Amino acid sequence: MTHWIIAPVVLPALLAPFIVLAARYHIGIQRVLSVAGVLALVAIAAGLAVQASDGTITLYQLGDWAAPFGIVLVGDRLSTFMVLLTTLLALFVLLYAIGSGWDNRGRHFHALFQFQLMGILGAFLTGDLFNLFVFFEVLLIASYGLMIHAGGNARLHAGVQYVLFNLIGSTLFLFALGAIYAETGTLNMADLAQRVTLITPEETVGIRIAAVLLLLVFAIKAAVVPLHFWLPSSYAEAPAPVAALFAIMTKVGAYAIIRVYTLIFPPELAATAGLHDLWLLPAALLSLAIGMVGVLAAKKLDRLVAFSIIGSMGMVMVAIALFTPAGISAALYYIVHSTFAGAALFLVADLVRTGRGNLMLTAQPPVSGAALTAALFFIGAIAMAGLPPLSGFLGKLLLLYAAFASPHAAWIWAVVLVASLISIVGFARAGSTLFWKAQSLAPDPEADIPDEGQADPMPTPAPLAYIAVGGLIALLAAHTVFAGQVHSYTSSIAAQLAAPEPYIAISLDTPGKLSTPQEGY
Amino acid sequence: MELLVASAIGVLTAGGIYLMLRLRTFPVILGISLLTYAVNVFLFTSGRLTVGAPPILRDGVSTYTDPLPQALVLTAIVISFGMTAVVVMIGLGAFLGTDDDHVDDQTDTSTLDEEAEGTS
Repeated sequence: MTHWIIAPVVLPALLAPFIVLAARYHIGIQRVLSVAGVLALVAIAAGLAVQASDGTITLYQLGDWAAPFGIVLVGDRLSTFMVLLTTLLALFVLLYAIGSGWDNRGRHFHALFQFQLMGILGAFLTGDLFNLFVFFEVLLIASYGLMIHAGGNARLHAGVQYVLFNLIGSTLFLFALGAIYAETGTLNMADLAQRVTLITPEETVGIRIAAVLLLLVFAIKAAVVPLHFWLPSSYAEAPAPVAALFAIMTKVGAYAIIRVYTLIFPPELAATAGLHDLWLLPAALLSLAIGMVGVLAAKKLDRLVAFSIIGSMGMVMVAIALFTPAGISAALYYIVHSTFAGAALFLVADLVRTGRGNLMLTAQPPVSGAALTAALFFIGAIAMAGLPPLSGFLGKLLLLYAAFASPHAAWIWAVVLVASLISIVGFARAGSTLFWKAQSLAPDPEADIPDEGQADPMPTPAPLAYIAVGGLIALLAAHTVFAGQVHSYTSSIAAQLAAPEPYIAISLDTPGKLSTPQEGY
Repeated sequence: MELLVASAIGVLTAGGIYLMLRLRTFPVILGISLLTYAVNVFLFTSGRLTVGAPPILRDGVSTYTDPLPQALVLTAIVISFGMTAVVVMIGLGAFLGTDDDHVDDQTDTSTLDEEAEGTS
């Protein structure tokens, strides 16, 4: 048994307190430690992904206790893929936070960032539902700190909403876990997958309620309409690098839905029949539509990006709700795209804010250095709206192709295509207002003259900030260029999810510490 | 006893949800606390209600109570306690900053937004 699979959890868990204790007053040392930690995580995640790429499932028994009594971490293709995605995103977000100076506007940014990573990576790797809850709480409590990083009244106000909404979500999660435990007597995912099939059809009331509650919890995380209300103001008010990191948090919800509803409650399970296509698909289509209409209606750039995150999560959820290997594969391809594109757009929004001082979508006099920002926004918007040549277009194509087999294909095609059109109009409006109409405005003499005497109130961002955004854009480009390889890999992930027997077998049959009591124990 | 525990959970949940719909910080936090109490009792009962039975294997004992829900409840209590403390602090900060304890966006947020952009 190798210990590498627990490294993504242990490394940030040790690094974070070390940063707080040893480097509390030295932002330079914090930055070095944090970047080194994330670089190490990227390397470990790449190693784990390579290890899992041939279909091997790695099991890690914490304390050597065998499942279902002990907690296990399971590294299969899906979880290592998500871990790699998270670490790559974290690297560029961290570089941006350092380059833009956001990490120095409040305290403990780097420690909270590491704790946040620990929670996200743990949630991807765990093979136990209660442990998933615990990692959700770890990532949430770190996100509360990050969300209100640097303070400000609007941010605190949005922070209260965010924390309260997530507390309600956590309570629902506990209700779901209690119901599942009462019905099955286990919380290990592999064990659950076996026991749920043994429940006789007359006694499925409890497990059905539990399955719906669990879906609600994950839908809150994934911001599926009508449970998306926490997202726009939280993401818009959060510091930009934090909002960019939060782009992966909605994907944690999507991951949990994929994992639980292919392994424990698969679509062919009689007890939960109808949950997937009758409930999840319409909700997903609705989120796609509402997200993209929100893009069109937003008055500020940060809200616009937040709504585009809801829209793209809708797209992901539509693909997941098909619950076919082709659908899951398209969803995973789109998840990568949506994470990088959403993060890049939040960072670009911050660059715009640095230049203009606000994010209102109104024509304002041009600022220096807007050309590069405009170019970055242009690329990010093309990616997010799903225009060719970037990966959003390919992801959408994969989704539409996967939807062919569905009985609801007409609905899916109509909503996806119309929503895309709306989002293109929304982004085009925002981009032309921000960058083009500025050129046609006459410079406002009253606004400019007082600034001459003062020190420059709007510092231009450091080159590192541009490099970080450029890095995310480069990842998007790579995601497009290597679309064939990525898609064949996501297809192999979906194939592994469609045949969960090896996952169950390795989780339950690996011998661990004896669970029978010893004499005098 | 089942009826008593079940109705206690039900009353706590109903009270919690009512308070949560009040949309002011303090009642909402109280409501969430009630909900977490309800969920703690609920988790506890998910291992079935047994009176006076040991949770740890012993010689000569045939009835046991399930020890796992107790461990789960302990984790849940610690987490909800910590989370409530966090939300009280953030809520207090937001109230002291804006002199407004509404949870929803009913105030004119545009002024708040401009303020925030000035400071950030």
